[in-house]
Amino acid sequence: MIQAHLKKRLHGVNGEFNLDVNFAVAEGELLALFGDSGVGKTTLLRCLAGLEMPEQGCLTVNNQTWFKSFHQKTIPFNLPPQQRHVGYMFQDYALFPNMTVRENLEFALRKGSDKKRVDELLAMMSLGELQHRKPETLSGGQKQRVALARALASEPQLLLLDEPFSALDDAMRSHLHDEVLRLQQHDGMTAIMVSHDVGEVYKLANRVMLMEAGQIVIQGSPAEVFSKGQTSGKFRFTGKILAIEAMDVLHALTVLVGNQIVRVVATGDEATLLHVGDSVLLVSKAFNPMVLKLEK
Amino acid sequence: MTYDLSPLLLTFKLASVTTAILFSIGVPFAWWLANTRIRFKPAVEAMVSMPLVLPPSVLGFYLLLAFSPTHWFGQGLDRIAGIRLAFSFEGLVIASVISSFPFMVHPIQAAFQSLPHSLTDAARVLGKSNRQTFFRVLLPNIKPALLSGTVLAFAHTIGEFGVVLMIGGNLPNETRVASIAIYDEVESLNYAAANFYAGVLFVLSFLILLAVYFINRKKQNQMALHQGMPK
Repeated sequence: MIQAHLKKRLHGVNGEFNLDVNFAVAEGELLALFGDSGVGKTTLLRCLAGLEMPEQGCLTVNNQTWFKSFHQKTIPFNLPPQQRHVGYMFQDYALFPNMTVRENLEFALRKGSDKKRVDELLAMMSLGELQHRKPETLSGGQKQRVALARALASEPQLLLLDEPFSALDDAMRSHLHDEVLRLQQHDGMTAIMVSHDVGEVYKLANRVMLMEAGQIVIQGSPAEVFSKGQTSGKFRFTGKILAIEAMDVLHALTVLVGNQIVRVVATGDEATLLHVGDSVLLVSKAFNPMVLKLEK
Repeated sequence: MTYDLSPLLLTFKLASVTTAILFSIGVPFAWWLANTRIRFKPAVEAMVSMPLVLPPSVLGFYLLLAFSPTHWFGQGLDRIAGIRLAFSFEGLVIASVISSFPFMVHPIQAAFQSLPHSLTDAARVLGKSNRQTFFRVLLPNIKPALLSGTVLAFAHTIGEFGVVLMIGGNLPNETRVASIAIYDEVESLNYAAANFYAGVLFVLSFLILLAVYFINRKKQNQMALHQGMPK
């Protein structure tokens, strides 16, 4: 059980703002932090890990005080990161360049842990072939898997993941979602994950907090947060115009939606307002979609 | 014809002792300098770099004054510990440590600064003490800089002339290092001996630097080879 009430001044791209959050995380829960870049998600993770000190507030984890700011009659207290026993996966991976993949994981093991855990993690992340390579020789996705494995190696009571699946291809991402979920539920780990991927949050998180400029704007289950006021009989996609072609009376727009390129028609009036590179919202009625099951 | 080898031996003894001392104080100092946020850091950095721009005779002059038995520092040292630094090997070591200090500190400081801070963070989160982090994560990742700092400090000490002349003089087996011996032999028109010492220094300096560049290139090739491997 985590109880956090933290305040810290941050210097963002658009000037200073306050990180000011108050939330609780139940044991074994997987919480997702969702929001644009620079709203304080990484800083929040760093404060939880003890790598940065909040200016005010308190943080208790399983009835143990990790941080307490100066308050009437109490002396400030900040538990060093070494004693917090968290698994932290850094956005830049922070793999030790002097150690091989296997040595990186072994370095992370707590005293007295079974070395078998390293083999299990290597197998789980499909890193067996790469275990004797140095990090500098790996691709981005491979490094990300090593970083994830290393964060799990120390059997942490709290797992903090900063965009853990961003550099992976779809098949590997889906595979690791399942594995992380299985491991997290098996070990009863509490986890907090930064993610920009709605699908990922839906699949993994019990709860999601949407952050804006250091504040929590909405929190709730992914279904509640993401479909608030949006459940309707229409599809809505945001996309970017790649090309506009004039055809007789109509115009054909080529729009990039996610990874797909679609062609839609626009009337002459609509087309005069649009330019290549504009972001647009495509809305379509969802009254007779074709639903096809995908084979794995 | 045989030449007196003692100036050469003395030179390498001086360079070895100086480099060993510099390594043990230079590495922690470089780490401190790379991480400190004290306000007078620019002043500290300027002091470290002074030997690069000062004429060696200036450094030698002030050290000579400080070491002299009439100065409070030299006098105190003589009374308390019975050590006389002027015109002695020990004095040469201290002077060489000061004048070669930037050659050891600069590459190592730059290497510490270029290491991503997340490496230290990662080690701390994994429960490692500052000591374990320093010896198992930071130092192994700046090996090339440790090598160049050590070699540059060693080579610079071999090439020291001005400071040595000012505070060491020309005492055989005590302060008569090879660079001084060359000057001395030329003054007495003994060109063959001067040529011998000069040739040895020339060849050795070249070989030391060659070895460093060779090792660095080999490392780079290894990296390139790894990166070309199929993923």
